[in-house]
Amino acid sequence: MTAALDVSRRSFLVGSAAAAGGLALGFNIPFTREALAQSAPEINAWVMVRPDETVVVRIGRVEMGQGTLTGLAQLVAEELECDWAKVTTEYPTPGQNVARSRVWGNFQTAGSRGVRDSHDYMRKGGAAARQMLIQAAANEWGVPAGECTVAKGVITHSPSGRTTSYGKVAEAASKLEAPKDVQLKDPKDWTIAGKPVKRLDTAEKLNGSQIYSIDVKRPGMLNAAIKACPVFGGKLKSFDAAQAQGMPGVKKVVAVGDNAVAVVADTWWRAKTALDALPIEWDEGPNAALSSEGIDRMLKEGLTAEQAFVGNQAGDVKAAIAGAAKKVEAEYGFPYQHHATMEPMNATALWTNEKCEVWTATQNAEAALATAVAASGLPIEKCDVYRQNLGGGFGRRATSHDYVRQAVLIAKEMPGTPVKLIWSREEDMLHGHYHPITQAKMVGALDADGNLTGLHMRISGQSILAGVNPQGLQNGRDPATFQGLNPSGTEGVLGYTIPNLLIDHAMRNPPIPPGFWRGVNNNQNALYLECFMDELAQAAGKDPLEFRRKLLVNHPKHLAVLNAVAEKAGWGTPAPQGVYRGLAQHMGYGSYVAACAEVSVGDNGVLKIHRIVAATDCGHAVNPQQIAAQIEGSFAYGLTALLYGEITLKDGKVEQENFDSYQMMRMDEMPAVESIVMPSGDFWGGVGEPTIFVAAPAVLNAIFAATGKRIRSGPLTKADLRKA
Amino acid sequence: MIDWKSDRSRIHSLVAREDAPINKIGRNEMVSLTINGTVHQVDAEPDTPLLWVIREQIGLTGTKYGCGVAQCGACTVHVDGVATRSCSLPISAVTSEQKIVTIEGLSPDASHPLQKAWLELDVPQCGYCQTGQIMAAAALLQANPSPSDGDIVAEMTNICRCGTYNRIKAAIKLAASENRG
Repeated sequence: MTAALDVSRRSFLVGSAAAAGGLALGFNIPFTREALAQSAPEINAWVMVRPDETVVVRIGRVEMGQGTLTGLAQLVAEELECDWAKVTTEYPTPGQNVARSRVWGNFQTAGSRGVRDSHDYMRKGGAAARQMLIQAAANEWGVPAGECTVAKGVITHSPSGRTTSYGKVAEAASKLEAPKDVQLKDPKDWTIAGKPVKRLDTAEKLNGSQIYSIDVKRPGMLNAAIKACPVFGGKLKSFDAAQAQGMPGVKKVVAVGDNAVAVVADTWWRAKTALDALPIEWDEGPNAALSSEGIDRMLKEGLTAEQAFVGNQAGDVKAAIAGAAKKVEAEYGFPYQHHATMEPMNATALWTNEKCEVWTATQNAEAALATAVAASGLPIEKCDVYRQNLGGGFGRRATSHDYVRQAVLIAKEMPGTPVKLIWSREEDMLHGHYHPITQAKMVGALDADGNLTGLHMRISGQSILAGVNPQGLQNGRDPATFQGLNPSGTEGVLGYTIPNLLIDHAMRNPPIPPGFWRGVNNNQNALYLECFMDELAQAAGKDPLEFRRKLLVNHPKHLAVLNAVAEKAGWGTPAPQGVYRGLAQHMGYGSYVAACAEVSVGDNGVLKIHRIVAATDCGHAVNPQQIAAQIEGSFAYGLTALLYGEITLKDGKVEQENFDSYQMMRMDEMPAVESIVMPSGDFWGGVGEPTIFVAAPAVLNAIFAATGKRIRSGPLTKADLRKA
Repeated sequence: MIDWKSDRSRIHSLVAREDAPINKIGRNEMVSLTINGTVHQVDAEPDTPLLWVIREQIGLTGTKYGCGVAQCGACTVHVDGVATRSCSLPISAVTSEQKIVTIEGLSPDASHPLQKAWLELDVPQCGYCQTGQIMAAAALLQANPSPSDGDIVAEMTNICRCGTYNRIKAAIKLAASENRG
């Protein structure tokens, strides 16, 4: 992708500066490639300083609610020593990133990577810019840079007392060579990073002025509604355009690829109304008989299949189970889930035979660009994607840009006219890239003293990689299946030391498009393991906390978060009347998390989740109050999945079409959340996803404590929680 | 009250009132709507949901599309002060005399006590649902200036996928306390 436009940084800047119109750019203003040219001196890729002292931090990762934009700006501002009150942010386009040899790095915003994989180069970017700005002031004064200091963007030459500011020297600094080495601050000296500062992007979210992708307006724009074949793998057979063409506002009815049809009209509502009236015939293809029951049978077979990919292994688990004083067995399941972003998929595209431009919400603008390039038939240097604010991502907008492809294909039918494609909620529900379905068969071996001597965890079910990136498989094995269960590494390590262990995966891939769904495979892995740990503790006659503690001795960070929630929740002390507690811990995306849930279950089987205490050790906590917000929100996301989340299939089609049949947790069900942010300092972990892992198992374990019932798969709407 | 098997039917009380007068408007007839104090003449079919007229014909995009079936509340506006899910209210059910207020018209400079409280507590995450949440909360406070926790969760049925519910509740209470103060 980078070969087509290998323009040197300076020549690109000169070329684009010539086209600049002095336009002040906010990150939420739709911009074109020309308009994105510098309105202020660029110190380096990360930092621009305007004459009015505004510091523009340019960010490759994307904000979708998780606070990354603010966190990364904090890290840059910390090293830059600028005035935080004057910091704003901006997105470079993927076209610019390609043109500048990917100077902004990877745009993908997934896997809780925003801060944990970007902190180093962004902090260095801030530090380098600081050195250049100080050097520019020193040059102007003819003094050694070492005699100058800076605070809040004001540079002082200490011996003479002269001062100047970043805004005044930015132009000169932009012409200096970047320093080769920079020294980063010790995090203990941070004054902006590490602090619970307010987000940079709140005000415009409160008065309707924030522009999301769905709000984009372009001159002369038309709107499109689309229907793709509701059966996965099915095709468009025919449609009767005449039925829609005479309807109000309709401009065109177009086939989109081989499996969809769209109506283009002056307004989206008219496009949708005409589409609903359009007779369409589908060729439903080979999956027309697919059902949830069939998928269940497929996975059940995998639970006992001979062949499976090994994820983690120690000792001889067969012998341990055969020789166990007590054998404990259970089967678990985790259904398909839909991302259900609040903003349905949409994209606006403008195509001519000279250029293709796309305005859209994406977690990976480079992937969106690649999709646009492929659909447009134009070379990459004639295409670009302008990132818009996301009304939620959760992984849906990370890997599949089907909506971008469709928007470009429709726009190609109307050269020179911008077309905004919006999926109805129903279209969005039926054409997701779903959290994969899996089941697990857990077999544990206890010795006569109740010690866990062996564990076999057989996972059966769908691989995301096999669906979205088969090249990423390792000899057919999907390493991501074992998230949080790995023997070593920094990503997601199993905390328990079990002498005889086998964790393996019988890959079974139903023809449903899988996707990365916030938390990904950690969600079910944590549920299976943490609920089964409770079962083992019960079978061993031990307290669930003590049972875990003994197995976690070799992993003190896992243990520390568990201890923190147990202590704060008052584990071991009486809970309020009728209230019961459950624990869970897990490590994923580099962070250690634990939760203690408090629930009650009425005689009528009605569950109430009262309170959850949650701990996170993410190494460095860049913005503790935003981490707390992510922890709280993760319970809403993870518990929605437990209470309601299940996508089912009938006749090859998803049965849930909107929020009335795919319910969400609402405010009345939200528990009080007490978060413990406990960064231990020597690593960088993510925070956007990890707490989700422990939400469901902590509540399920508390439900067992309350009712004596083990619920081993969601959603809870299907379970009878009345006391056994 | 956290009751996962709770009766969801109350959510539908916010859908278009079925006894609302239906204007007999033919195609291509201009419809008169009073939005944020301004009377707009709108060219739209009578069954067009108010949401889409606000977004597409009037051009105010702070009111969001989330579901189209009055479930999520992202489209909440005020009709004569009542929180209303505009995705399911046809314009034929609104008279030109009725006062429609969108998030853009809630206050001239984002100084409504709820907007200030939302800012103070850094409530939004992605923010997409927040304008609807604020409009629902504003109608709640108008009717009940000192709501209890129970009052708040009974009225605030809008969906937030980012899970900002606890901060929303805290912000409503903060705004209510400042109103009193």
